[in-house]
Amino acid sequence: MTLALLAEQLFNGVQFGMMLFLMAVGVTLVFGIMRVINLAHGSLFMIGGYFLMAALAWTRSYVLAIPLAFVMAALVAVVLEVIVMRPLYRRGPLDQVLATFGLTLFFNEAVTVIWGREPIPLMVPQLLAGSVEIIPGGAYPVYRLAITGVAIVAGMLLYFFITRTRVGALIRAGSDNREIVAALGVNIGLLYTLVFVLSAMLAALAGIMMGPLLSVEPGVGDPVLITTLVVVVIGGIGSVRGALVGALMVGIFDTLSRVLIPIAISTNATSALVNMAIYLLMAVVLLFSRTGLFAAHRG
Amino acid sequence: MSEFLLEIEGLRKAFGALVATNNVTLNVRVGETHALIGPNGAGKTTLVGQLTGEITPDAGRIRFAGRDITGLTTAERARLGLARSFQITSIFPSFSAEGNVALAVQATEPHSFRFWHPAEQIQRLREPARKLLADVGIAPLAQRTAAAMSHGQHRQLEIAMALATRPSMLLLDEPMAGLGTEESRAMSALLGGIKGRRHTILLVEHDMDVVFQLADRISVLVGGRVVASGSPDEIRNHSEVRIAYLGEDEDEFAGALNAQG
Amino acid sequence: MKLGRRELLLLILLAIAVVLPPRLGIYYVRFATQIAIYGMAALSVDLLLGYTGLITFGQAAIFGVGAYAAGMLIVSGFTNAFIAWPLAILASMLATLVIGALSLRTRGFQFIMVTLAFAQMLYYFAQSLRNWGGDDGFSTRRRNDLGFLSLENHETFYYVVLVLLVLVCWLTFRLVRSEFGMVILGIRDNERRAAAIGFPPYPYKLAIFVIAGGIAGLAGALMANHAKFVSPSVLSWQLSGELLAMVILGSANSLIGPILGAAFFLAFRDMLSDYTEHWMLFFGPLLVARVLLMRNGIWGTLIRATSGGETPREPKVDFPETGERVAAAKPEAGV
Repeated sequence: MTLALLAEQLFNGVQFGMMLFLMAVGVTLVFGIMRVINLAHGSLFMIGGYFLMAALAWTRSYVLAIPLAFVMAALVAVVLEVIVMRPLYRRGPLDQVLATFGLTLFFNEAVTVIWGREPIPLMVPQLLAGSVEIIPGGAYPVYRLAITGVAIVAGMLLYFFITRTRVGALIRAGSDNREIVAALGVNIGLLYTLVFVLSAMLAALAGIMMGPLLSVEPGVGDPVLITTLVVVVIGGIGSVRGALVGALMVGIFDTLSRVLIPIAISTNATSALVNMAIYLLMAVVLLFSRTGLFAAHRG
Repeated sequence: MSEFLLEIEGLRKAFGALVATNNVTLNVRVGETHALIGPNGAGKTTLVGQLTGEITPDAGRIRFAGRDITGLTTAERARLGLARSFQITSIFPSFSAEGNVALAVQATEPHSFRFWHPAEQIQRLREPARKLLADVGIAPLAQRTAAAMSHGQHRQLEIAMALATRPSMLLLDEPMAGLGTEESRAMSALLGGIKGRRHTILLVEHDMDVVFQLADRISVLVGGRVVASGSPDEIRNHSEVRIAYLGEDEDEFAGALNAQG
Repeated sequence: MKLGRRELLLLILLAIAVVLPPRLGIYYVRFATQIAIYGMAALSVDLLLGYTGLITFGQAAIFGVGAYAAGMLIVSGFTNAFIAWPLAILASMLATLVIGALSLRTRGFQFIMVTLAFAQMLYYFAQSLRNWGGDDGFSTRRRNDLGFLSLENHETFYYVVLVLLVLVCWLTFRLVRSEFGMVILGIRDNERRAAAIGFPPYPYKLAIFVIAGGIAGLAGALMANHAKFVSPSVLSWQLSGELLAMVILGSANSLIGPILGAAFFLAFRDMLSDYTEHWMLFFGPLLVARVLLMRNGIWGTLIRATSGGETPREPKVDFPETGERVAAAKPEAGV
């Protein structure tokens, strides 16, 4: 285990963690404000990647394709919010789980119908291909650094948006007390749509950025969804800070265990252990605090 | 100290900077009806929560029938004989009225790991339930689904369920809450009957009529502290209590004084 | 025994189940067997969902434990069902005991995630079993036998499965009406109140969890026999989701509903697969539509259609985070 390798894995861990953060903050915002569990979040990740692929095929240029993919994903998010999510705001958790589960099944099949079952690889943009030496002897892909940077910037923009703008204040208020915000004359429906589309855009962003790394295929969002939910449990549902801390913990822990466990233990069960690592982490955190690290106190 | 059924010693609970329970010490004698009154925000709910085991105190002890129950769960305390009724109706909505009470009767058995016989047909559960429904005055509603009952009937059901567990002590949390005039009178009579049967009662209430009518002793909780504790007469004339109440709810206290006057 | 509308409906369904499949041929006998097996698994989910208020994404994993146990026993020579099936049930109950002991300390969203996590762990564990085919699974080559009676004949096997299903239905029917059942329903309705009258929720939840696990394990063992094949896909969280879907499609909180839901799900898949491999494209929206637009599942609708009242309640589930209580659709008389 060289220092260069360790550094590389740490960077990978942070990169993975920041992707998870984009996903987790969406889930936690939607739950915190609308009290909805959205299992279809993984599908939003997946269609982000697919739309990028489609837009690339059409425009042959990343500069055009990325915004186009965003627009397409936003449209899907709006339609989804109006048709499926709105009725779910008034429903209980079981209905939400089942309806969004149904959506996941639908989306996985829909992309299969349109683009087939085979994984489709995407090329890393020319500008970001290549590597830099982050530490002597260790070449690290520029692309990974770039998307980590983008995610960090997105996080900071989100922070400023929520804490410094009027709309952000409404969102924060809405998460504490919907009735009062509605009574203030704010169009609560519009606010909810905004929050949902925002969370969907973050998921699509993650999907777009991970596209060249993962390849798009049906169901690519499912393991990401589960990992995201683990992050939300660890961080505490409803807490954005928890989403960040949890995401980084899970990202780094998962990446490191994939590398370190096979070195330390070499048995048949190694692959199983490696996959289980984040669940064990979740179990430990839950033992420590039954509601996660930063549980938002709901009255 | 067998004259005291419930002994609360130095209980303290803080939520961040807010001290909801501030070194509360309180005793309830066997067979007495002890009322706990105080303005809104005084910390009654937090105190009740600590008595029932739903809130863990930061410091202090609670003793029940001589036994330290501070660390016990809600169910364990109920099994020891501490029954409660809820301020906000808390019943089993899908069960009938009789079913609700029968389940409370069932709770007195050592365990319920019996999987075979239909509970509905077990007379040793249903008969006492029917009798209790009659005692509180809702016998005709025995088969009515609890969710379909009115608020006043719910309050009566709450009492029946509390009595069903054959408790040593009843913790009644605002039984008069939300009742109309006629219903209040009925509930008041019911409570009087329970008191008459020498149950030990800790009554948390806002309704001063009922409090002064039934209580053997009254403790007043203001800002998380017990500012006064004694007989109804002593409380009536206690200056600090008058200040606390006059500051909050002048009419109510004065009205109650006049009624008792 | 009084023969109300409900009992009559059940008898009709039973009669159909007994008489129809053999008449339609071996393909339908096998299809009916699959319905019965998934119906049993879905019933176990309903015990937790409809009757206890617990949403679990881990029941497929227990189903899988039963399947793997039975499969491994057959391959290892324990072909007698009277030995293998109880052992499979026992294995499932043990697994459920461990999972339940840990996950029942959490509630709501955490509970769903913890059950999911355990299910995933079992899934990865099954994938790592190199000696048992790893991700590809293994074939058992033959079924268990009942000592004197071979189960290789599909019709014979179907009737055995049907008998077991009826037995499970009857036993759970008695269970939910027993004193134990009352506590479980009380905990579902109002856990706080149940504790306040003296029922500690945890032991009772754990007990029903283990019982449901045993049923799922039996279904899994039957599945291993039916397919003569076992693989990790039987432990997937997607299957757990599909079981939940079957319960809600058929009507939760009814025991029979889940079986009808299983029948519907499998029939839907079967029929649409003839036209398109993309049948999920229609099933997904159907599930969404059922949740958003329909008040009752299949059994609930049947009951309403024939008697106009007394429908099974839509489940109230345990979810402290949302604060509000999810109210019932209609109160049901007479408990």
